[in-house]
Amino acid sequence: MKMKFTFWKLVFLFLLAVGLYATFIRFTQGLGASTHLSDQFPWGIWISFDVLCGVMLAAGGFTLTAAVHILNVKRMHSIIRPTILTAFLGYVLVCVALMYDLGKPYNIWHPLIMRNPHSVMFEVAYCVMLYTTVLALEFSPIVLERFGLEKPLKVIRTILIPLVICGVVLSTLHQSSLGTLYLIVPEKLHPFWYSPLLPVFFFISAIAVGLAMTIFESSMSSKHFGLQLELPVLQELGRVLVVVLAVYAILRFEDLAHRGALTLALKPGYEMYLFWLEIGLALILPLILLLQPRVRNSPNGLYWAAVLVVLGFITNRMNVSITGFEGSTGVRYFPKWTELAVTGMIIASGFALFGLAVKYLPIFPKEESPAEQPAASSEPVFTAPVLGHAGD
Amino acid sequence: MSKALLYDATICIGCKQCEQACADQNKLPYNDTIAAEERQSDHKLTAILTRNDKFMRRLCMNCQEPSCASVCPVGALQKTALGPVTYDASKCMGCRYCMVACPFSVPKYEWGKLFPKVQKCVMCPDRVAQGKQTACAEICPTGATKFGERDELIAEAQQRIRDNPTKYVNHIYGLTEVGGTSVFLLSSVPFEDFGYRTNLSKDPLPMLTYQVLQHIPDFVPLGGMVLGGIWWITHRRAEVALAEAHESAAQAKNGRKQ
Repeated sequence: MKMKFTFWKLVFLFLLAVGLYATFIRFTQGLGASTHLSDQFPWGIWISFDVLCGVMLAAGGFTLTAAVHILNVKRMHSIIRPTILTAFLGYVLVCVALMYDLGKPYNIWHPLIMRNPHSVMFEVAYCVMLYTTVLALEFSPIVLERFGLEKPLKVIRTILIPLVICGVVLSTLHQSSLGTLYLIVPEKLHPFWYSPLLPVFFFISAIAVGLAMTIFESSMSSKHFGLQLELPVLQELGRVLVVVLAVYAILRFEDLAHRGALTLALKPGYEMYLFWLEIGLALILPLILLLQPRVRNSPNGLYWAAVLVVLGFITNRMNVSITGFEGSTGVRYFPKWTELAVTGMIIASGFALFGLAVKYLPIFPKEESPAEQPAASSEPVFTAPVLGHAGD
Repeated sequence: MSKALLYDATICIGCKQCEQACADQNKLPYNDTIAAEERQSDHKLTAILTRNDKFMRRLCMNCQEPSCASVCPVGALQKTALGPVTYDASKCMGCRYCMVACPFSVPKYEWGKLFPKVQKCVMCPDRVAQGKQTACAEICPTGATKFGERDELIAEAQQRIRDNPTKYVNHIYGLTEVGGTSVFLLSSVPFEDFGYRTNLSKDPLPMLTYQVLQHIPDFVPLGGMVLGGIWWITHRRAEVALAEAHESAAQAKNGRKQ
């Protein structure tokens, strides 16, 4: 256990060092020297992975808060804090990544005063900004509780439900908007990925990934922080995940058929292989796994299905933003080492910050994890300030 | 009122004086090496292409409803009433969505600079505002690039094709592409040969995103209300269930739990 921990610390320090060196190159020599971006390929991995995937991977935040606070699924309460933490870290890191990718990062505040409501990017900018604020507030009780600050805690509890509703609305808007971004390039994006339904696909897949990430991160936490696995909750998430994946799969293939793109799926080629990789990872394999009750109810089965869903939709976002453009631009894009180094550092920071937060903040219900299970004992005492119950 | 450019490839002699004049106008370097580069870039806003003795010009089309201006989050790119699509580098934050969105792949980026800006032909807005021609049209020795009223140039282009139907491809490039542009091209060889996309929609592309975006002002209050409603129902249900449980428990024994 201790050996393992130092190993991961070394990995983190290595990624941090390489990433910082790449950062130095980026901010002293510019985008040309630090990326493989070009006039033909203006968006690379910092947009594809760090922003598109980053926002998607943080989708557990709004999915779970909606389930717990709006739909009142109390059973899931015990896993809401790590999920909010993941979402908050995710969004902070997305903002960090944007600072690398923007040509003039010091102008990042411009959308505040220079408004173009016709621009999807403008909407994304506002939503990300507002939702990061909402997540910070949703996360704040954990910090406030740690330092015993009663008064602000009370304020947050009072405004919690409106806050959650804001969060869900904002997430719905910009998870789908990341798909809307690509609606304006019908002649550039490959028919596998260009669809008028892109916003819908991005939104539904964000919910799927939100559920999968929650399963993934609960499993990881129980392994690495020695916590009891909330198996019944994860099984329930797994069941919902099957439904969401099935809805997505039906819509996706119906759309492909409707646009006549399905015949392309049988013609061997670069795009076709990556298309099937995406479909296999995100839909076929997880559905096969999760449709078997034996797999769906086992911790390992759930874990691997979740990993597949996450990898599959990462492939999807990369396909939409990179693979789909390679045909029309006639350029193959592969990130430069500096781009990978920065991305690696950002991912590593995410894991490290999660670890630190778990160590120093009351993220997991440590003492009373068994006591919290009985669902009917309505008011979950003091450990759950995140839940503001109407009955008071 | 709106101005435009008409480029007739059959009159062009490939002298590249338009390239030189454009570079001077935009304070960009120009020499033999740059002249030999047959593509638009951050230091070359217009380019004359040569394929088997045929010429073609590349420049920003200055669309009637430009994708670039529609996608720019800070409004750095603007369509002006006179025709030019202008760019304000001081507003730009460098997201490069304009480059992704442009159906003609026109905007270029100063990748080599630490604080880069977008570069594209902006149709000499200052000159046009003063009632002058664009630099490229003014210098053109044969009149291959002609500056004028948009409506008149369209009529003239149609007339040229009508007068010489065998000489021209029967298409005014820019008349219907993405809802029309402020630059029209005539050619004797297919436009695809010079890398021009001919599969473009006749409708302006910004509608594709705007028809989604326009619903947001409705969605926000509606979504908020629906979520609030669901919250009220689910919590009310739990409250009622709790109260009923209390009642029946009280009847049965007398408070198994609070």
